[in-house]
Amino acid sequence: MVKFTLNDRDYEVEDGKTILEVALENGVKIPTLCYHKDLTSYGACRLCMVEIIDGARPGLQASCTYKVSDGLVVKTDTERVKKTRDIVFELLLARCPDSEKLTKLAEEYGITKSRIEWKDKGKCILCGLCVRACAEVSQRNAINFAFRGIERQVNTPFKRISQICIGCGACAYVCPTGAIEIEEAD
Amino acid sequence: MAKLKSVKEFEKLHKQLTGKKNPKKPSIAVCAGTGCVALGATGVVDAFKKEIKRMKLSEKVELLITGCHGFCERGVVVLLRPEGILYQRVKPADVPEILEKTILNNEIIERLLYEDTVTGKKIVHEKDIPFYKHQDRLIFGSNNQINPTSIDDYISIGGYSALARVLSDMKPEAVVDVINKSGLRGRGGGGFPTGKKWEYCRRAEGDIKYVIINADEGDPGAYMDRSILEGNPHSVLEGLIIGAYAVESTEGYIYVRQEYPLALEHFTTALDAARKYGFLGKNILGSGMNFDVKIARGGGAFVCGESTALMASIEGRVGEPRAKHFHTVERGLHESPTVLNNVETWANVPVIINKGWEWFSEIGTDRSKGTKIFSLVGKVNNTGLVEVPMGTTLRQIIFDIGGGIQNNKKFKAVQTGGPSGGVVPESLLDLPVDFERLTEAGSMMGSGGMIVMDENNCMVDVAKYFVDFLKDESCGKCTPCREGLIQMSEILKDITEGNGKEGDLELLEELSWVMTETSLCALGASAAFPFLSTLRYFRDEYEVHIKEKRCPAHVCKALITYTINAKKCTGCTLCALKCPQDAISGEKKALHEIDQSKCIKCGICVDACKFDAVIVD
Ligand SMILES: Cc1cc2nc3c(=O)[nH]c(=O)nc-3n(C[C@H](O)[C@H](O)[C@H](O)COP(=O)(O)O)c2cc1C
Repeated sequence: MVKFTLNDRDYEVEDGKTILEVALENGVKIPTLCYHKDLTSYGACRLCMVEIIDGARPGLQASCTYKVSDGLVVKTDTERVKKTRDIVFELLLARCPDSEKLTKLAEEYGITKSRIEWKDKGKCILCGLCVRACAEVSQRNAINFAFRGIERQVNTPFKRISQICIGCGACAYVCPTGAIEIEEAD
Repeated sequence: MAKLKSVKEFEKLHKQLTGKKNPKKPSIAVCAGTGCVALGATGVVDAFKKEIKRMKLSEKVELLITGCHGFCERGVVVLLRPEGILYQRVKPADVPEILEKTILNNEIIERLLYEDTVTGKKIVHEKDIPFYKHQDRLIFGSNNQINPTSIDDYISIGGYSALARVLSDMKPEAVVDVINKSGLRGRGGGGFPTGKKWEYCRRAEGDIKYVIINADEGDPGAYMDRSILEGNPHSVLEGLIIGAYAVESTEGYIYVRQEYPLALEHFTTALDAARKYGFLGKNILGSGMNFDVKIARGGGAFVCGESTALMASIEGRVGEPRAKHFHTVERGLHESPTVLNNVETWANVPVIINKGWEWFSEIGTDRSKGTKIFSLVGKVNNTGLVEVPMGTTLRQIIFDIGGGIQNNKKFKAVQTGGPSGGVVPESLLDLPVDFERLTEAGSMMGSGGMIVMDENNCMVDVAKYFVDFLKDESCGKCTPCREGLIQMSEILKDITEGNGKEGDLELLEELSWVMTETSLCALGASAAFPFLSTLRYFRDEYEVHIKEKRCPAHVCKALITYTINAKKCTGCTLCALKCPQDAISGEKKALHEIDQSKCIKCGICVDACKFDAVIVD
């Protein structure tokens, strides 16, 4: 068992849990787009940042990958957390202004508009949930990330129609922004 | 070449090899590092081989084809021993004369000597040339003494004696202790204490442990790691084997970028030779230690130099970083405890073992020990690789060793630490260079890149260059790095193109802050440094770009125009002849004019005009 403090409340939980897991189990709200309880944590969207007040790595940390440990003191609502989160929302909104799920989540945190404009608009925020679902749940590995940086995208190898995709739809199901559509094949 | 079965057998071989050496025998060391090869070293080597044969000198003189000597500006560099005469900018045509005059008749060839940029005097000996005189080449100094493909050469200058000593006299803990006490810190950028890293890995539990050489060296303009691997591969390998002994590892890797073919070739040769002698393999020198090294080749992605991305890449996965909530010393390659050190860090290890931690820790500053190799490039007279004790000032490096700024221009700033480093302005030239001091100045040590800039460098353009580099090299995994960099890049582009607007700097600062605070790895977390440090020291330059739409350094093309001064133009027509766009017109002996719609602002007319009549503003 591990004893630690989250938003001034003491918790005693099992070993090996992440801050995000404990928070979600106890009704502490932390926004996230790349986390799913049944998939490996990935730490990509950076919306779930919390502030480690006391612990091995003080400062802002992604709660989905940071494991709780004895004596850890965490806060989810400091100015530092809020301000950086607002801008991460703005960056995501600039990229995907048409994603309903993203806009709704951002609104919950008071962000309705991004100061930043960006020309390449789409719905995919590259959270990688689909990639992990395909690998870990469906165990097909039909899709993965291709290219890097701003060119990064999720795709099948060489962008060809996949021979190993079984059309299970797990990727579309976990997608937090509605970027994957399923088409009926003839 | 027989396998050495004990330390005694090694010592015998060492004696034999040193005994064979005749220090009085003339030798010709031709630099054949990648820089000099680009300048024609292969032709020079061939000419020496041919002429030595033709003149029947092979008994009298030894030809040594070596790795980089560091003085890349003056390649091809040829060093003549025993006198230590240095000839620079040697061409194949100079070779017969060198043999005839200098080797046979002790005559100096003035033409090939280095001329001091300040005094104009010719200097005969390498040791008197300011570029070398002010250096302390602990690590790099052996490069010009050995043929890097010969293990015997390395042994003859004391190579592998540190390993022999460790295997015969020291417990693994004692080795860690020596490295700890020496104060050695990682040369790959972070400056993490090497001994501590080894200690944590030693303590970590695991059936197998790995040691890795990081030879990814992705910083633009940096090439010290390449030059060590090319010029003295065994020194790095010996360090690695000692590290493996210390943490009880049986398997090592070198992660080397695909773009380094010569380094890879020399290191592969070194591995083969070390296996034959039994420095690698089973029961090394009869000590019971088993260890071997595999080569992993990287595709040249900058981010693959980052520890977790590098290990993912070795495992055959996409080279992208993961959260470091557990350290690679505990769970690294294949989830096993792993020590990853930079090429230069490993090369320091045998030196420390041989000379002792006390000796080593005397060199440098209070918290940064030993020397550091810098690649000194940009607008400096003596570009090349420079090794100095930590704590040497920037002024000493740039002016005493580097010979000052090209064409007597004015120094403006030096960019240190690679793409995520920062600029240091003139007011801080007396800063002693070490890990802490560079960080305090808003830059960093990084892996040792040093790009010197003069009055013709625009600081906004510099920031844009590095931000664009990092934008292209970001793996794209996390939001702040991927999206933040593209936004920064766009805003900086606007500023350099005359579309900067009020609020741009504030937004850039906010983005910088978020990237620093929330990025997953150090690439994103330090990606804003080039912007932040140029802003810190050159804010007025940004403001002039945004508010007055001017580029004071005359770099940003959208913000400058070329015109011809009627008073100075003599109508010589030279500019019109040279203009690649046919943008200049005018009769002979009459005033010329530039058609702004055709002008691409390449600056060729400025260089062509002998009367300073082309005005840039
Ligand atoms: C984006 C990025 C690129 C890096 N590239 C290199 C590199 O090319 N070579 C290197 O030795 N270290 C590089 N590093 C640092 C390594 O992560 C690691 O700290 C280092 O290899 C450890 O060795 P050291 O302690 O001997 O410095 C890089 C780090 C980051 C974040």
